[in-house]
This record gives sequence, structure tokens and C-alpha cells, in this order.
Amino acid sequence: MADLQSQNYIRRSASTLTPPSVRDHEQEVAKLIDVSRCIGCKACQAACMEWNNLRDEIGHFEGSYDNPADLSPSTWTLMRFAEWENDKGDLEWLIRKDGCMHCEDPGCLKACPAPGAIVQYANGIVDFISENCIGCGYCVKGCPFDIPRISQVDHKSYKCTLCSDRVAVGLEPACVKACPTGAIMFGTKADMKTWAEERVVDLKSRGFSNAGLYDPSGVGGTHVMYVLHHADKPSIYAGLPDNPRISILVDLWKGIVKPLALAGIAFTAVTAFFHWIVAGPNEVQPEDEANAQRLLRKTDDSR
Amino acid sequence: MQVGRRGFIKLTSAGLATSAIGVLGFGSSGSALAAAIRPFKLTAAAETRNTCTYCSVSCGILIYSMGDRAKNARSNIIHIEGDPDHPVNRGTLCPKGSALLDVVHAPTRLKSPRYRAPGSGAFKEVSWDFALDRIARLMKEDRDRNFITRNAAGTQVNRWTSTGMLAASASSTETSYLTWKVARSLGMVVFDNQARV
Amino acid sequence: MTNTWQDIKNANVIVVMGGNAAEAHPCGFKWVVEAKIENGAKLLVIDPRYTRTASVADVYAPIRPGTDIAFLNGLIRYLLEKDAIQHDYVRAYTNASLLVKEGFGFEDGLFSGYREEINGYDRSDWDYELDEQGFAKADDTWQHPRCVMRLLRNHVDRYTPETVSRICGTPQDKYLQICELFAGTAAPDKALTSLFALGWTQHSVGSQNIRAMAMVQLLLGNIGVAGGGMNALRGHSNIQGLTDVGLLSELMPGYLRLPTDAEPTFEDYMKTRQFKPLRPGQTSYWQNYRKFFVSFQKAIYGDAARADNDWSYDWLPKLDVPLYDIIRAFEMMANGQMNGYICQGFNPMQAFPDRGKTRRALGKLKFLVTMDPLDTETSRFWENFGPQNPSDPAAIQTEVFQLPTSCFAEENGSLVNSSRWLQWHWKAADPPGQARSDIWIMTGLCHRLREMYRKEGGAFPDPILNLTWNYTDPANPDPEELAKEMNGRALADLKDSNGAVTAHAGQLLEGFAQLRDDGTTASGCWIFSGCFTEKGNQMARRDATDPREQGLAPNWAWAWPANRRILYNRASADAAGKAWNPEKPIIQWNGSRWVGIDVPDYGPTTKPSDAVGPFIMNAEGVGRLFARDQMADGPFPEHYEPFESPSENVLHPKVRSNPAARVFADDRAAFGTAKEFPYVATTYRLTEHFHFWTKHALINAILQPEEFVEIGEVLARQKGIEQGGWVRVASKRGAIVCKAYVTKRIRPLEVNGKPTHVIGVPLHWGFTGQARKGYGANTLTPSVGDANSQTPEFKAFLVNVEKAHAPKE
Repeated sequence: MADLQSQNYIRRSASTLTPPSVRDHEQEVAKLIDVSRCIGCKACQAACMEWNNLRDEIGHFEGSYDNPADLSPSTWTLMRFAEWENDKGDLEWLIRKDGCMHCEDPGCLKACPAPGAIVQYANGIVDFISENCIGCGYCVKGCPFDIPRISQVDHKSYKCTLCSDRVAVGLEPACVKACPTGAIMFGTKADMKTWAEERVVDLKSRGFSNAGLYDPSGVGGTHVMYVLHHADKPSIYAGLPDNPRISILVDLWKGIVKPLALAGIAFTAVTAFFHWIVAGPNEVQPEDEANAQRLLRKTDDSR
Repeated sequence: MQVGRRGFIKLTSAGLATSAIGVLGFGSSGSALAAAIRPFKLTAAAETRNTCTYCSVSCGILIYSMGDRAKNARSNIIHIEGDPDHPVNRGTLCPKGSALLDVVHAPTRLKSPRYRAPGSGAFKEVSWDFALDRIARLMKEDRDRNFITRNAAGTQVNRWTSTGMLAASASSTETSYLTWKVARSLGMVVFDNQARV
Repeated sequence: MTNTWQDIKNANVIVVMGGNAAEAHPCGFKWVVEAKIENGAKLLVIDPRYTRTASVADVYAPIRPGTDIAFLNGLIRYLLEKDAIQHDYVRAYTNASLLVKEGFGFEDGLFSGYREEINGYDRSDWDYELDEQGFAKADDTWQHPRCVMRLLRNHVDRYTPETVSRICGTPQDKYLQICELFAGTAAPDKALTSLFALGWTQHSVGSQNIRAMAMVQLLLGNIGVAGGGMNALRGHSNIQGLTDVGLLSELMPGYLRLPTDAEPTFEDYMKTRQFKPLRPGQTSYWQNYRKFFVSFQKAIYGDAARADNDWSYDWLPKLDVPLYDIIRAFEMMANGQMNGYICQGFNPMQAFPDRGKTRRALGKLKFLVTMDPLDTETSRFWENFGPQNPSDPAAIQTEVFQLPTSCFAEENGSLVNSSRWLQWHWKAADPPGQARSDIWIMTGLCHRLREMYRKEGGAFPDPILNLTWNYTDPANPDPEELAKEMNGRALADLKDSNGAVTAHAGQLLEGFAQLRDDGTTASGCWIFSGCFTEKGNQMARRDATDPREQGLAPNWAWAWPANRRILYNRASADAAGKAWNPEKPIIQWNGSRWVGIDVPDYGPTTKPSDAVGPFIMNAEGVGRLFARDQMADGPFPEHYEPFESPSENVLHPKVRSNPAARVFADDRAAFGTAKEFPYVATTYRLTEHFHFWTKHALINAILQPEEFVEIGEVLARQKGIEQGGWVRVASKRGAIVCKAYVTKRIRPLEVNGKPTHVIGVPLHWGFTGQARKGYGANTLTPSVGDANSQTPEFKAFLVNVEKAHAPKE
């Protein structure tokens, strides 16, 4: 497990390994998205695509500035725009950068049945390891924020890595660096919380009496947090969950099945089952094949 | 029994609790795993300081290119990001600036001079010599025919109004100075740039 | 910009009106956000639409397109009425107390001197009353009925809050809230900054929009101070540089002006450029014009420019009309008066008003040359792209040359940003295929023409044959050599008054103070003198240190003039030389000289007691609340309706639109009326795109893929238009079919008692590149320009809108 050593995992999907724990002095990082400073320019989206070598399809205008229309295997972050009238009758244009929240208690990781397909590093980043991903989609169901997307082409799950490749060499994520107005900040989680407090004070002084930090406890807090002018109503920000928690199914999985598994029951049968999951899906079904072909064609056409 | 991935999800999502694969993490402990994190792509790329070509905030940028400028390596730009030392943009870039790479490598970048003959329905590729010789000839013919040396009052005015030029507002100051010299020495007065538009 | 981008952070109030800084200049806008956070600043946004800038504003107020002057004149009235002006500043640093000639007046929408036959003014009465010595008379008590302050009060008196609201459609409570926030910055230690762009320039009253705000800033004492100023957020990366180098119809490098037919000789030319001070002891820096001019002629004509041939004055073309601007050029082209056109990095098919006319005009050319890194609509105007470009190639006889050029990443050179910084950049890679630099191409054309004129002779070859071309590689001059040529050199040993040599023959000059009018210096662009000296390339400097973190970074690159970062910075201090705002001084008098964090815009040892005004380029030494004869359409701004407007001019129904605007007959015939085209339209940029370039960049095409218009919910409901549904938007000149964004961000405005709807037309789509094909906003826009600059009126015109069927793919 060379990667455990080097990457400082603290959690790994579908695994009971105890990660090496001597390097226990790594600080947790966080990205703070201050919605009140965001101008919705999509620099974060552009920088994300450029850095990560992602290019989604050229879509259509669909009645808002949300483009692409949704997250996808090639769109890891997305500005979502909401026109909202406040109680004074004034318009507010609430613009939220959507993407992986890097939960402290990641529903995706908990739900993931593929060993080592989802990992969490000591700095808090939750990362997908494509090589181990079986494309089962449990992570999608496990995510309270509806973030991961399964590629129809390679049947892997994708989402924001918090630019783990940049962070690993001491840089900030690409979106953070690009953000023209500093609406996206990056640092230790402790620093980001302190900074968020200052922002909340400023917003309150400007009449946003419910301003606050979004760091939801239902998922143990997140490594991507928001400063919201209306922290009492997260859902007005294009459906940000008011109280995100991990699906009950995942809790069941974690609460009942895992302990059973740990007890070593049906070891052999389970091993066989696992092999079937890992190896089986490599036999691509005609339906999958057709979908992949269609997607590829579409991409070609649009170029 | 053939079960594809999608089918598998359908089959099992309701009955998640019945599968016990969570125990299997250590089952793969013998297999070799690649390093999880994507290797940092700029480690040895050449870095060039430049200025964003779009608006006049004129953000500082760092252009990264493949190859270390060795004679046999052809430089190819692979990434562009903000210059953190620049006092205005301090490393940030807007959605245009963050996507500069895609304009440098746009499929519609022009690679060869092209010529469209009168009435023709298509461009054809031509040599630089053909293009510049022909343009210079057309300019001279028009200038010689329509140059105004004196106005009706007999004042020497030396202007050429029948051929005009628009100068590029994203070209360098040095380019623009040279362009001024060339255009005005010909007496050109129908001469403008994007400042008015 | 008078100030720097970073200096915005020093403001107490930031006003974005006539622009959309967050979308068009996001990285500059960071300093607005910084001001809000670090300085507790308030951001005010006044715009027809609730923009992305408005989304982070403290106060947003809607305004009908084309009515900014009514708003600003009303604001001036408010400030004067509440006495919310910075008195000491206004008295010492503006022309408020100067007396205007008898004869000047304003009645029923016209200033004195209007002459219908020329569609313009005889401006001889728009000037000061002079005493025997030729100095302007003054009344420091502001009691004289013809002093500027009294005239201004009278002029703006009509702009009551009720009238402003009736014209602009801005709700009165929002308007007054904004007036109050402006007024707060009249305090000497408070500053307001104005950020504007094409939202002000692209009107038939564009220049006066800006003047009106400049007057507000003078009254509030906000020019020359940290966090203040008039900050034009310019468009392209080097649009400032091209303007500085004079690539405009009437200009020469460094804001020298081409001669006109009325100036047959060099002495005639110089006579109108004496710039004699209009108040005792004033600097009137343009008095040095002859030095700049002669040094320029020496730079481009070398030894051939001599005193005995008036420095080759006749080799410059003379103008017979004020401007050969783009509207005139395409009028000439459409009339068959032009044969050739060269578009260097320029795309008129997308950028010019009335696309149909533009296409017809290009089809009348004998030859068209485009030089561009990208495939442009202009280079393919002759090709049929369906409804978006319905040309018939067989019917178009224009020869077209499409020349591929390098782009920014593939060349060395300098670009001048909005804050006048010359920043050097370095080449990272070779251009693709056979693409070449613009320098190489222009040089190639120049050499061929020279050779032909040398061999064959032809019309007036002298300036062509004598043009200096002393470059190491004559076929491809090095940008550094060109930069040095602009900076300037001594042509002989230069000596000071004591006979000491200050520069040896051949040496690069330290700055424009060394320029001479006797032919011993050469400088291609006097304002750039100092950018490349014997100490090296100053534009390549990269020291970002920032004294007191006040946002100047004086050792980063190089700013013209003389590395000065804040223009008029003498006005940051009071008459005695002490900073108005002791927290943020720029320069102050220390008893023997001016010291501070910036290069003084003033004589470095000129004593405060000498009462030399801070506006050293003006002959009167002070800022102008009354513009004298410098504007074509009046010394005070006045509200005129756009040429296409849904409303009468409630102030003077007989003079509805700018009486000094130039309108060609065919363009006038193409104006629509509110009866046929009842809705007000305005064009604009979206933050995801840069003009018509980024539709070629895949990422940007993904971020905003397809043409659309923005329509308010009320109008959409009336017209049965659905969110994301197809609409047809038509003006008298053409129609586009695209999708509709039905939005809460545009609300009907109550204008002169009637609900008025605004339709927003983003302008980025065309028929080349990767984004989806579009018609382009200029299919709709009218061909009429500002009376001074001829910038087209893209921001206010009339359209109709109807629900439409989806076009067949």
C-alpha cells in the first residue's frame, strides 16, 4: 500500500485498513466560498476545466446563465444562479458555486463498495481513485449534495478533487487561484472559519442579519464551506440542502453490514461476490456501449 | 446471469444492507496501486511571463510550455495561469483569462495566408509572397490613382482617402507605432482603432 | 483611468454607472470588493439591468438607457442645493469663479451659436471673458451672473428629482438615496470613484455623459485624490496604447493632432497650439507642443526633417473633415468612395453598427485585407452562412486576403493598461503554421511599396522613401528597437543652461523634459519618453513593492507620463500643500519640494504660494466645470434623447436629440419609431466572453454557448414568451431570431407616465468559431455616433419583439 504512506489517507472506501498514523500533524484544509463576494463570472469553472483538462459538450442556452446545465463527468464545478426577491421587494441574484463539499464525514466514501475507490486524505480532501472505481453509482446515492457523476463512456465516477495535485505540491486549487474577487479562499480550515466570522460581521453591518457560515454538522462539517447572506435559508441558493445528512441506506450499510463484515462472516462467499463486482462489470453491456458511442458522436458533432 | 453496472445498481440499491463487501478492503492488499494523486503537470515546464490579451486590466500571466527550450524541443503551450506577483490581478484571472489556452490553440487559428478571388465561393491557400505582392500592388494602384496632393483651394494636403485601415488594439505598442509609420507615410487618413467602438 | 486599479480600494463610495465592471473587468473589480471589505466602502450601481455588478452592490437603481445626463445633472443640482460640495477644492481647483463671455446662453435645448445648416455650433461665445492681458476674469464670491458657478446652477435648475425620475424612470427614493451617498464624499477626507466604460461612451451624448460625472467629481473634490478619479475601464489590452500612439483618424503619437486643411503651413499649425496661459502664472504644459512635434518628425523622418523644410510638415496628411471615423468610413465605402480596407485584428462585421450596411459596404471594396490570429466574420463576409450571413459570393467582386498573425503568447512587446502602465511581455512559443507577427507583415508591405515607388515612381513618394528604418533586421524590426525609438534619443550632445552635457549624442533620453524643438532630439511618442532609457527597459520592471500599501506599486513596469501613477495628484493636497486626507496622502509640500509616494504631477519645487493650478495641461490651470469650446455639443452637459427613443424630450420637445450629432441621410432613413418598435434595447457584453474572440475558445463556448436576449417577466407575459423560448427581435435595420431569457433583473420603468420595457441584447455570437451560430447584436443597432468622438449609439435604440418558432436545424 505504497499510496497509503505517501498520500496520507485517513479513510479509504470499503476498507478496514488502519492507515499509517505517525504523520498526524497535517492541518486540515478548506475552501471558503463567500457568496456575498461572488460575481458569478465562472472564472472558477474555466480554471477548473483548464487545469483538469476537462471540456464538456457545447450546450444550449436553457433559460439561465447556468452553463453547462448541470455537473457532469467533465464539469466538476458549476455556478448556479437564482433570482430571488427579498422581503423588501428588492431583487437579489444569488449565485452559488456548486461542486464537491469534501465532507468531513463523506457519504460517498461511506457508500462506496469498491476498496480504495474513494479516499480521504489527512488534510480533509475526499478524492476518487478512478482505477478502483467500479462505476456502481453508490457514491451518487450516498452524497447529500448530489455531486458525483458517472461517466457513460468509461463508467467511472467523477467530481472535484479540490485539485489534490496542486494542493499536494503546496499550491491552492485552480478555482481558488483564479477567483477574481476573492470569493473563493483557501487555507487551513481553522483560518477559513476565522475569516468567515469576519465576513459575517461585515454582512450583518450591511443589513444581512441572518448572514452566517455554512459548515453543516449533518456531515460532520465540510472542507468546502459557504458564507451566505441568508444562512437561515440555504435552499434559496439554487437548492443548497438546508440540513444535509447521509442517506439512511448508507447509515444502514455502515451501521449494520460493516460490523457484520468485520466479524469475518462468510469470508469466502464475499470474496467471490467482490470479484464478481470488480471483474463482472468489465463486460460492457450493449446498452452501455450504445450510450458511449452516442456521447462520442455528439462530442464530435459539436466540434 | 449477466448484470451490467446499471442493472447492478438497480438490483442492489434497495438491498444495500444485504451485501457485505465492506469487509473486503484488505482483500486487495496485495495488488499494486498507482499513486492516487495526479502528478503535478508543471514540474519542469518552461515558464514565460506575459500579459493577458483581453481587457485592459492587463493581468499578468504565466505561460507554461512543454519542453525546456532545448534546441530539439518545440515549445507548446500547455497551461496558462495568473502571475501571483502582479500588483493588479495578484494571480487571479477571469473566465476569459483562465481559458487563454483555448484561444491560443483554437481550431480556428489561421495557419496560412488565404486568398479569395472576385466572385469566388472559397478561399485558397497562397504564399506570403503572393499575398503581400498583390496587396502592395493593389494599394499602390489605388494610391496613385486617388491620392489628393492639393485641395480645391490649392493647399498641399497629401492625403489618401480611398483605402483605409483599422489597427489592432490587442497588438503591442511597438507594433502599433510601426503601423502608424507605415500607414501615415502613405498619407492614409481613414485610419482608426477599436477605441471608438 | 486617472488612478490605478488597486487605488479603487481607497474609495469610500464606488459608483458603477455606464459600465458593468464585475462582468467586463472582473480582475480589476477585485479592488472594489477589497474597498468594501477593507474600507467599509459602499458600492452603487446604476444600470438599466440588474447586472452581476449589481449582485454585489449596496444600492442598485435602474435607469432608462440614454438618460444618464438627466440623472447626473439632477445630482449636480442636489449637491449645489444641499451645499454638499468641497468648497475649498472647488474654489482653488476649478473654474467655478471664472467669468464667461457675454453672449453665451442656453434656451429651449440649444446653446448659443447653433447653426442648423452645419448641424453644429459656432462656439466663439463659449469662452471666458478676458482682461487686457488676455487672462480670464474671475469673481471669487460666485455672485457675478456670468461666473461659471452661477451659470451651472441655472443650467441644472430644471433637473428636479421629479423631472429626473420622469426622464430616467428611476424611482425617486432610490435616486435620492444615491444622491445622499454621493454627497457624503464632499468631505475632504472622503473619496468616491467613478468606474465607467462603453455604457457611457456608446451614446450620441457619450462624451457629455463622462463630462457630467467629471463635473460631479470636481464639485466633490474627488479628482487627484486616493480612491477618487474618473476611471474609464478600457476595453482591449492595448486600446490605451493604440490611443496613446495615435492610431486614430485625427491623432499623432502622444495626443498631437494631425494638421487640417485650415493649417497650410507649419506656423499656421503652431499658431492654434500656443496654449497661452489663461490665468497668471499657470503651467499650461502644452506650451511645449513644438518640442514634442519636432522630436516626433525627427523620429520618423530623421535627417530629412529639417528646420528649412518645416520639419517635413507637408509630409503629414491634412484632414478636411474633423474625423474619418468608422461610421464615416463605412458611409464612404457604401457609397463606392473606398477601394481598399485593411483590418488588422479587427472585425467590423461584428463590431460596427448596422451589420447589413457593413456587409453591403464591404462588398463594394476592390480589396479587403484581414490580419488576425483567428478566422473572422469580416474575412468571410462574402460567404453564405444561412440567415446569419445571407451573402451571395458570386455577386461579390471583392478580393479578400486573410493573413494569419501571431497572438500575444508568441511575441515580445509592451501593452498599455487602463492605468497607463506600459508592461512588457515575452514570447512563449512560435505561432502556428505560417502565421507571422504584425510587425513582419506591415514591414513586408512597406518594403514592397517602397521598392515600387523607388523603381516606378508614383504619387508623392517622398514620405514613403524617407521614412526612417534603421533597424538591425530591416525585414523584421525588434520590438525593443521600436520601443527605444518611441522613448527617444539625443541627436547631438544636449547641454543644460550651464553648458554641462546632460545627454550625449545617440543616448536614450531620460524623459520628455529633455526634448528640444531645434532638431537635436528625436522621440516617436513623447509621453512614452522614459520607458526605455540608458538604464534599460523600464517597462520590464517587476518590483511590486507598494509604499503604505496604497495601491501604486511605483516600480512595477512604467506608467506614462513620467511614471506618474495618479494624474492631477497635486489636487490631493490643499492649497497650502497638505493632504486633504491625512490618512492617504499622495504628495505633500515639505517646505522646499513636493514629496510622497508618486511622481508629482506638478513642478517638483513649485511653491504652494505661487498658486499654480493642479491641472497643468489646462491653460487656466484648473478643472473645467464649464468646458469652454472644447466640446462639440455644449460647455455644459444637457439631456438629449437617444436618436431612437420611446419618449419625447420633456425638457425641450423641439430639440429632442443631440443637435450637434452628425447623421448621414441613409442612416437617418434607417431610424425606427416607437410606434413600430416600441421597446428600448441595449447591447452589452457577458463576462464569459470577450467580444467576438472567445467564441473561438472552447471553454468560453461551453460557458456561454448560444445567442439570447434578456426580457423582463412583465413584457414576456404580455407577449406570451416562455423562459428559454424562441423570439424574433427586430429593429428598422434587421432582425435576429434567438432564445429569450425571461428575467426578474429587468423591470418595466415608468417613463413620462408610461411603462417602458427594456430588452437586453448580448453581442458575442457570429458565424465563425466554436460557439453556436448567431446573428450578432449589430444586426439591430443604428449608425449614429457621439457628437464628439463618433462612438456609435449601441446602448439605446428601439426594437420590437415577438414570440417565434424554433428555426429548423
